[in-house]
Amino acid sequence: MRLSRRVAALAVAFGTMFATVACSSTEEPGAGSKKVEVFTWWADGGEKAGLDGLVGVFKTDCADYEFVNGAVAGGAGSNAKQVLASRLQQNEPPDTFQAHAGAELSDYINDDQLEDLSAQYTEWGLGNAFPKGLIENLTVDGKIYSVPANIHRANVLWSNKTVLAKAGITKDADTLDGFFADLDKLKASGVATPLALGKDWTQQMLFEALLISKLGPEKFNGLWNGGTDWKGADITAAINDYKKLLTYTNKDRDTFDWTDAEKLLMDGKAAYQLMGDWEAADLDAKGFKDYGWSVFPGNGNVFQWLADSFVLPKNVKNAEGTKCWLKTVGSATGQAAFNQKKGSIPARTDVGTDGFPAYQQAAMGDWKTATQVPSCPHGSACAQGWQGAVGSAQGKFSADGDVAALQTALAAAAAEFGSKK
Amino acid sequence: MRHRRRTWIPGLLLISPSLILLAVFVYGLIGWTVNLSLQDRHNARPAKGYVGLDNYTKLFTSDINDRFAHSLQNLVVFTLVFMVGTIVLGLVWALLLERRAKAEGFWRTVYLFPMAVSFVASGVVWRWLMNTGQGDDAGGINAIFHGLGLGFLESPWWTDPDWGMAAMAIPAIWQLSGYVMALFLAGFRGIPEELREAAVVDGATTFQLYRQVLFPQLTPTILSALIITGHMSMKMFDLIMSVSGAQWLTEVPAVYVWQTLLTRDYAKAAAISVFLLLIVAVVVVPYLIHVNRSEKRS
Repeated sequence: MRLSRRVAALAVAFGTMFATVACSSTEEPGAGSKKVEVFTWWADGGEKAGLDGLVGVFKTDCADYEFVNGAVAGGAGSNAKQVLASRLQQNEPPDTFQAHAGAELSDYINDDQLEDLSAQYTEWGLGNAFPKGLIENLTVDGKIYSVPANIHRANVLWSNKTVLAKAGITKDADTLDGFFADLDKLKASGVATPLALGKDWTQQMLFEALLISKLGPEKFNGLWNGGTDWKGADITAAINDYKKLLTYTNKDRDTFDWTDAEKLLMDGKAAYQLMGDWEAADLDAKGFKDYGWSVFPGNGNVFQWLADSFVLPKNVKNAEGTKCWLKTVGSATGQAAFNQKKGSIPARTDVGTDGFPAYQQAAMGDWKTATQVPSCPHGSACAQGWQGAVGSAQGKFSADGDVAALQTALAAAAAEFGSKK
Repeated sequence: MRHRRRTWIPGLLLISPSLILLAVFVYGLIGWTVNLSLQDRHNARPAKGYVGLDNYTKLFTSDINDRFAHSLQNLVVFTLVFMVGTIVLGLVWALLLERRAKAEGFWRTVYLFPMAVSFVASGVVWRWLMNTGQGDDAGGINAIFHGLGLGFLESPWWTDPDWGMAAMAIPAIWQLSGYVMALFLAGFRGIPEELREAAVVDGATTFQLYRQVLFPQLTPTILSALIITGHMSMKMFDLIMSVSGAQWLTEVPAVYVWQTLLTRDYAKAAAISVFLLLIVAVVVVPYLIHVNRSEKRS
């Protein structure tokens, strides 16, 4: 007993020591009531340009406040998330931070670190500006905690037009069977691995696109909110189809990131790749013009979305300034300025398509009429623990192709991390 | 009394800074981690209470896909291949140099040099060398095999589900063999010349000289080499992260800790860390006791 108390005392001593260290090092940016520290991992490329566009609007709309850039570069956000986690732990939150909209926020909501923004949604009229499906996906127990700055689409099938033409494919398939038939045609025309694929999380994206085709949007939504059973026979059938789909993909997929798979498409070694619509901006940047796109065969008008959003953490130094930032993020001018540069589309449906590239204009049209479903690897459908478990399970399946094991693992992950209904 | 006090006080004062630093930053933090591993802190909120050894037993009973057991299995393959590989290569190189090879100093540097490179840097290069493309897509070593018409030697390297971790050990062997060679060389040089001369006078062949006289003298060296490579291997993280990144195929406990930490499961990450510390301690502590005893004896 004495010993454990001593251990506890020691632990407390360390805790306070680190708290002091953290305070002294992070006091600077948020100090002063006029400054708004915006914490992101947008440090370069199109993301930085988008942020700059947003800041431009903020400077005119919120002239009373001063923008402070709290970007942490590197690791596709994993570095930033570590820094953020420790700052939140020490109760030294930035005035606002970037987070994937949807279920990934539940980590912060459950930790009681975010303020409810429902009142602001009404005040700013966001409830009508965003599509109903998005509002439903964002709402947690009747409350909304974030303002999405943009929308990306995950279920897009990219193609190399020349390779398709060579195999005699002139029309995009709109059913799974049609897709398999096209893949067979491509194989026959000499493309050994017509579907380019990368490692674990990209595999999960492909699997989810296939699930949408097999289950339809309602049952697919149910997978993430507890309404659909992961152990069902329809899931087994989907995994078997997915296994068949893997036979058309490159064997070294586990060594590939999505950009490596993209290169297979550009080099004509593959005809198709399923990837989010950030691929359009990337292909444009790389000067590859010969690409086509369609929604994944069988997905119909389902729009699998993911979004970056901003939040109002509890105990911030400048809550009013943060609200002004969030208002800018949610405004039509703010969303236009941000998304034209970043290569995504506005979450609002009332932003004009002028000034957007071809792909984005088409996606903005789809967004208004589509059925919205979330994505797990991108945080709109599941929190980080769930994402990790699912990615690992897909990595294993890619190596051993064990259908029963994948289904058990996915069901176990849903039971461990999903909502307890 | 006064005299005795005078002798120990300055000594204590002198080592007290390092003692305090060690107490706080090594043993204090170990204690903190152990304490954390016994609580139910699976998110950023403060823990609700202590759960005993639950976090440890769950690693073995209810981890999805037996992920932890799989990471341990990977670690065993990696460690065995790495240790055997470095010892064998190190010994062979040491034997060659020990036979008074020409330009010994040059070769010693050549073999020892890879150790100066960080695992991250060599990992990036080996990631390319162990490119898994085969046939016409081959890159790195596979491309060399392909070009030489030795296509049957092309390998999936670290992506092989069963033996991938053996391939992952190759860069580590490449880096550490030189160091083991240096250990053995020092061991050979530490054996008195008289022993060799006596053996030669007794008419021993070269083989007999090594087998009966020199190798038995090297036991402590081999033990050191095993301990040093063994504990390095068990903590392996940077090499794997730069060759394959964090993923199922090549996951070892250290990588798993990182992945768990990223998903904010602090208690589970702490439990894996403590487990890793324990298995390293099982190897290192008996060795330290052994060294301590033999030093006292001599």
